[in-house]
Amino acid sequence: MIIELGHFALILAFAVAIFQMIVPMIGAAKLWPGWMAMAEPAATTQFALTAFSFAALTYAFVTSDFSVQLVVANSHTLKPMIYKISGVWGNHEGSLLLWVLILTLFGAMAAWFGGNLPPTLRARVLAVQSSVAVAFFAFILFTSNPFVRLAFPPFNGQDLNPLLQDPGLAFHPPFLYLGYVGLSMAFSFAVAALIEGRVDAAWARWVRPWTLAAWIFLTIGIALGSWWAYYELGWGGFWFWDPVENASFMPWLIAAALLHSAIVVEKREALKSWTILLAILAFGFSLIGTFIVRSGVLTSVHAFANDPERGVYILIILGFFMGGALLLFALRAGVMEAKGVFSTVSRESALVVNNLLLAVATFVVFVGTIWPLIAEMFFDRTLSVGPPFFNAAFTPFVILAAIVMPIGAMLPWKRAKFGRSMRPLWAAFALALAVGLLVWSMTSGRSAMGPIGIALGVWLVAGTAVDLFSRTGRGAIFGRLGRLFRLPRADWGKSIAHGGVGVAIFGIAAVSAYQVEDIRVAQIGEPYSIGQYEVTLQEVGRLQGPNYLSTMATIQMTQNGRPLQTLYPERRFYPVAQMPTTEAAINNGFSRDVYVVLGEPQDNGGWAVRIYIKPWVNWIWGGAMLMAFGGALSLSDRRYRVAAGAAKAAIAKAGVPAE
Amino acid sequence: MKRLIALALISLSLAMPVNAVEPDEILADAVMEARARDISTGLRCLVCRNESIDESHADLARDLRLLVRERLVDGDSDEQVVAYIVDRYGEYVLLNPVASGANWILWLAGPGMLVTGLGLAALYIRRRNQTPELVRPALTPDETRRLDEIMNP
Repeated sequence: MIIELGHFALILAFAVAIFQMIVPMIGAAKLWPGWMAMAEPAATTQFALTAFSFAALTYAFVTSDFSVQLVVANSHTLKPMIYKISGVWGNHEGSLLLWVLILTLFGAMAAWFGGNLPPTLRARVLAVQSSVAVAFFAFILFTSNPFVRLAFPPFNGQDLNPLLQDPGLAFHPPFLYLGYVGLSMAFSFAVAALIEGRVDAAWARWVRPWTLAAWIFLTIGIALGSWWAYYELGWGGFWFWDPVENASFMPWLIAAALLHSAIVVEKREALKSWTILLAILAFGFSLIGTFIVRSGVLTSVHAFANDPERGVYILIILGFFMGGALLLFALRAGVMEAKGVFSTVSRESALVVNNLLLAVATFVVFVGTIWPLIAEMFFDRTLSVGPPFFNAAFTPFVILAAIVMPIGAMLPWKRAKFGRSMRPLWAAFALALAVGLLVWSMTSGRSAMGPIGIALGVWLVAGTAVDLFSRTGRGAIFGRLGRLFRLPRADWGKSIAHGGVGVAIFGIAAVSAYQVEDIRVAQIGEPYSIGQYEVTLQEVGRLQGPNYLSTMATIQMTQNGRPLQTLYPERRFYPVAQMPTTEAAINNGFSRDVYVVLGEPQDNGGWAVRIYIKPWVNWIWGGAMLMAFGGALSLSDRRYRVAAGAAKAAIAKAGVPAE
Repeated sequence: MKRLIALALISLSLAMPVNAVEPDEILADAVMEARARDISTGLRCLVCRNESIDESHADLARDLRLLVRERLVDGDSDEQVVAYIVDRYGEYVLLNPVASGANWILWLAGPGMLVTGLGLAALYIRRRNQTPELVRPALTPDETRRLDEIMNP
C-alpha cells in the first residue's frame, strides 16, 4: 500500500511540476502577481510529494519488501541496516529518485529563501527549475519506475554489489547529487536572467551562494569517492581518470570557474555574458555526467546502469536544455552590457586567466573522455584514452593555475602594479623554490613532477598565508595578529580553500613520485623488512561476517623498532552476489599510510602479500576537506545574511499593525 | 549451516580472482622489472573496464604481463615490446593514444583552446581597458526603498 502511495505521490509531484513550470512563467511575463505567487506553494508541495515518495521507497528497503522488484535486485535480509538504506540509491531507479528529491529540495529552498529576489525573477527561476524537474519526473515515471511490483515475490533478495557496501560509498552519491543538482540552481538563475534581460551585481550575489553550496557538495562527494577507491579497490589508487570520475570532475572545474567569474560580476559588473555561459555549461556538464554514468556508451569501472534506451532519453533532456539555453544565450547575451573598466594588470584580469585555465582544463578532460567515441564514429579507430594522456594533457594547466593563484589573489581590483603586489610574495616564492630544490636534491634520478608538485604546494599555502596576513593592514605585529581573527569569514574561507588546493597538490605529487611498493610471498612467522618497517605475517584465518565469508590475515609491523597497530587485511566473498572483494588494511598516519593487501595462498605455503608505503597520501583528502571547509566558511559570511535579516525585519514591521 | 559454510568456502577458493602483479611474475633483474611495470601501466586490460594490465586482476592481464616480461628478457626494447603487443591486439590496447592522424585533434585540443582563449581574453581585457566607465542608471524608486530596508533595518 505504501509503495502505491509513493508511486502516486510521484505522479502528483509530476503534475505539480508541470503547473509550476507554466503558471509562474506566464505570470512573470504578464506581471500578474497572483500567478507569480503560485510558484512558492507549488515548489513546497512538489518537494513534499517527492520526499514522501522517496520515504516510501526507503521504507520498502528497510522492511525488505521483496514484492518490489528494485528491492529484490538490490537488497538482502542479512545486509546491515545502513546498507539497506544506502541500497535505495545504489541503483539506477532509486538514485534517480534521489536526484529529483534533491532537485525539488533546491527548488523549495529557492522559494523559501528567495524573499529578497524581485518577484518576476523569482517566479522565472522557480519555473525554469521546475521545467528541469518535469523532464526528470517523466524520465523516472516512463522509463525507470522504482515502484514496480512483482507478481511472485521471492524469499530473499539478490544483494547489493558488495563493493558498494561501504560507509564511504554509502554517502558518496548523495553528496555528488547535491552538487550536480545544486548547479541546476545556477542554471535556472542564468536562464531566468536571460529571459529577464538583466544581469547585475545583485544577480551575481544571489547566484554565488547556490553555486558555492553545490561546489562544496561536489568537492566532498568527489573526495569521498576517491577515498573509497583508495581503500577499497585494493591497490591504493586515488584517481583513475575513468569516464565516470571525469563526469564529476568536469562540473566541479566549471563550478570553480563560475564561482570566480561571478565575483567579477558582483564586484565589478564585468564578465556578465561569460558568467551566464558558465552557469549554463556547469549544469550541462552535470547532465553529461548523468548521461555517461547511466547510458553505458563509455566503458567504466563504475558504470551502474547500462541501458542505451535510457541514454537516449537523457541525451534528449540534455539536448533540449542545453540547446534551448544556449539559443536563448545567443539571442540575449548582447543585452548584457559590461560596466566595470579595468586595466590589463588587475584582479579582474587575473580572474579572467583563472577562468580561462579552468575552462581549458575542463575542455581537455571532456575531449579526452569522449574521444574514444568520436574516433570510433568518425575515424574508424578503436582506441583508448587513459591516465597517461590525462596526466600529460591536464597537468600543465593545473601547474599554470597554481602559479597564478596567489599572485592573482593579491592583485587589487581595477588597476594594479605587478611588482608592488608581488613584493610580499617573494618570501613565499623563495620558500617554495628552496623546498622544491631540497626535495629534488634528496631524491635525484626520479621524475621531476615530485619536486615541482611539492614546490607548488608550498607556494600555494605560503602565498595564501601572506595574502591573508596582508589584509590586516599596517602597524605593529600584535595589532595585525589581533585583526587577523576579525577578518571577514569570506577572507578566511578564500584563504583556506586556496590553501587546500596547495595541500592536495602536495599530497598528489608526493604519493605519485615517492610511493614504495613491495610484493612478495610471505611465510607465516618469518619477518622481513621494507626500509624502516619490519613485517611479520602471523596467521591467516577464516571467519564469517554478517553477509560474507572472510579470509583474514594478522600482520604485525614495526617502524624503526616501534610496534605499529596490528593489521588485518582481508579477502571477502559475498555468496549471494557471488563476488569476491579485497579489503586492504591501512595504518593511517600524518605523513604516510602503510597499505597492506592480502593476496593468494601459494603452492609452496605462504601467502602473497602486497605492502605499499604511501607518503603524504592523506593530504589529498585533507586538502579537499580544507577546500570544502573554506567554501563553507565563505558561505556563512555575514554579507549573505545582511539581506536575510532585513527580510525578517520587514516582515516584523508589517506584522505590527495586525496585532 | 556448517555444510553451507563449507560449501561456500569451497566456492570461495574457486571464485577468488588472480590478483594484480603476483610475486611469481616479478623478474629478478630490478631494472628490467621496473621497465616492465612502466610498460604495463600504459597497456589496457582488454577484458576489463578501463584498467591497465598492471592493476587488473583478470587472467588475460596476467598473461599480458608475463608476455611483456618474456619479451623484455628476450632483449626487446620498450618500444619493441609495445609494438609487438599493439600488432596483436590493436591500438585499443594503448592507454596513451599515439599522436598520429586524427589523434592530433585530441592532443592539440587543450593547447589550441588555450591559445584561442588567450587571444579572446586579451581582446576583452583591452576593450575593458579602453572604454570609458558607463554612468550607472539610477535605482528605481522601488529599489531605493528596498535598499533602505536592507541597509537600515
